[in-house]
Amino acid sequence: MTLLHTKAPARRSTSRIGALFVTPYVLFILAVFAVPLGYTVWISFHRFYFTAPGADADTPWVGLDNYQAVFTDPVVGRAFLNILIFLVINVPLTVGLSLVLASALNAKLPFRSFFRAAYYVPYVTASVALVAVWQFLFGGDGLVNNLLGGLAPDPSWLVNSELAMPVIAFFVTWKQLGFFVMLYLAALQNVGKELYEAASVDGAGRIRQFFSVTVPGVRPATTLVVIYAIITGANLFSEPYLLTGGGGPDHASASPVLIMYQKGIEQGHPDFAAALGIVLVAVVLAVSLVARKLTERGN
Amino acid sequence: MLRRTAYALLGLALSATVTACARSGPDAATAAASRGPITVWLSNNAQEVEWGKKMVADWNGQHPDQKITARNIPAGKTSEEAISASIIAGSTACLVFNTPPASVPQFEKQVGLVPLSDFPDGNKYIDGRSGSLAAQYRSADGSYYQMPWKSNPGMILYNKKIFKKAGLDPEHPRLATYDEFLESSRKIVRSGAAKAAIWPAPSSEFFQSWFDFYPAFIAESGGKQLVKDGKPQFDTAAGRRVADFWRQLYAEKLAPQESYPGDALGEQKTAMSTVGPWAVAAYRDSLDWGVVPVPTSDGRPANEVHTFSDEKSIGMFSSCENRATAWDVMKFATSKEQDGKFLATTGQMPMRENLTSAYPGFFAENPSYKAFADQAERVVEVPNVPGSIDMWQAFRDAWTKSVIFGRQSTESALHDADVRIAKILAEY
Repeated sequence: MTLLHTKAPARRSTSRIGALFVTPYVLFILAVFAVPLGYTVWISFHRFYFTAPGADADTPWVGLDNYQAVFTDPVVGRAFLNILIFLVINVPLTVGLSLVLASALNAKLPFRSFFRAAYYVPYVTASVALVAVWQFLFGGDGLVNNLLGGLAPDPSWLVNSELAMPVIAFFVTWKQLGFFVMLYLAALQNVGKELYEAASVDGAGRIRQFFSVTVPGVRPATTLVVIYAIITGANLFSEPYLLTGGGGPDHASASPVLIMYQKGIEQGHPDFAAALGIVLVAVVLAVSLVARKLTERGN
Repeated sequence: MLRRTAYALLGLALSATVTACARSGPDAATAAASRGPITVWLSNNAQEVEWGKKMVADWNGQHPDQKITARNIPAGKTSEEAISASIIAGSTACLVFNTPPASVPQFEKQVGLVPLSDFPDGNKYIDGRSGSLAAQYRSADGSYYQMPWKSNPGMILYNKKIFKKAGLDPEHPRLATYDEFLESSRKIVRSGAAKAAIWPAPSSEFFQSWFDFYPAFIAESGGKQLVKDGKPQFDTAAGRRVADFWRQLYAEKLAPQESYPGDALGEQKTAMSTVGPWAVAAYRDSLDWGVVPVPTSDGRPANEVHTFSDEKSIGMFSSCENRATAWDVMKFATSKEQDGKFLATTGQMPMRENLTSAYPGFFAENPSYKAFADQAERVVEVPNVPGSIDMWQAFRDAWTKSVIFGRQSTESALHDADVRIAKILAEY
């Protein structure tokens, strides 16, 4: 009894201190994420438009009308298809290339620090600057077409309905590779050297070691990389906006976020944009959950 | 304890949000009669800024108690977006000297604009200054929510050096009919004189049709707007002729399907461009240029050709607390004297009737502007209808798909766009 009496006030005190410490973060989460998300859900069920301060705006409840508009808009369907194309190219490439590069950069290489920094530079460089480089490469008169000569596609890469999205997927993969390489490099530090030594003693070569030791050893990082790549892909905006002049021909490179911008900001339909945003969140959650199940399978 | 803390935090966050959302603007009745300092926004065009600063200095010299502060319009991809965002934030300047007419219906819906017709002399002043040209700027309720200020009638500016290199007569270019235009374009591109004959932006932004399809459609149709009385006007013989003409330019690679990353005309990558008189000042020192009206299928005489105005208005915004001053400034900045200074500084056309007779000295000294001034008498505006931006985006989508990239026949694309735009107009 005595012990219990002396410990209880200490726990309460710890709880208070803990609550005090988390207060700023909880406030931040509520103000910056929870409240805007709730407001977005509210907007998506109402006829809503942005007005000047103090203006009376009628915002009637419209039920699922905005969602119906989203699901029946062919442009939205095209945008989700584009994202699917993007993810099918981007996610496997990101996982494969970043793991291979991280493994290489984890070994003792000459100029290792230089290579680590070199892969990271595109990630920290502004998209606008990098887009100019890709336009120089993949423009009609760009370097790639000059090299290809008569084999160059017509219409050219960035205005070609079939090729615009793959080019964007390769661009984003290249741009973000450094970040994912860094994640894998961190994960590789936790793979025990004794596992490689044991595999080596058992006669496993470098490739066998890679698939039997490295890949399982960094599986939690792979889950993180896959989910992060999916979320990044689903939020694609500046690349199609800048590379293909507002979504490309016939919305060939439009993304859901680009459509949200056009509808919500340019055309003054924030209610439609809000419904599309909620649909996008739901789709990303579902895809991420499936991806997590798949990548963690066999753990 | 923790539950209480959680409730307290939630309450705090919600009250902060509600406080942030509980915004208010100035009282309209009080503001309408109020005088005092105001802020104005000018476009980023160097010549307009030069004129704006002088106009502000002129006003401030005469009205020390009602000073104007001028700033450039906030940066944004388009001024439409910058103004729309500031309406929502309540941070718009009293007057914006770069208000796009296509966005006026949306700004009205946002309750962002002050109806100028509410000023006792509002209608009289606007009608008196712009005459018959003003009617296109009345909103659906019959009021003016914008002061039509200056136009940039679209004409075909061509590079004489490139024409000469292509073996064409630079003093008498054959550009009046579609056949002549195509023939000259073929000579330019196939001779290697320039990469493109004409190079409008082929991208999907809603406003790009104002610089390829719309001037040509206005000219071909004899001055029709995109929609009239709630009905689209472009799915007609005139609209189809325009679409087919442009389709041919793209199909024969006379106009590229890809945007040029810089200034194609200035860098001599294209021989022609649809521009307004702003281009005179911009290219005066770098190009030997000539100007002709937009082509028509039958080569109509220049004095019968209508074109797109590319007009910008002055808007008074509801965040303005000293609206009596703002209205006086609006009239001051559009007075005959200030319009003359504006014309001389920028070369852009004040929205006045009979410009050439109003400023004979300027046009005598600057004959290169005469063609634009003559064209300014026959300009057509974007329709002042709710849903304007949606409508233009729908049109642009159809245009890029069919005309620029040839993935649908121009006939069916125009028909689809007609149906879609009619639906948009019916929804508003």
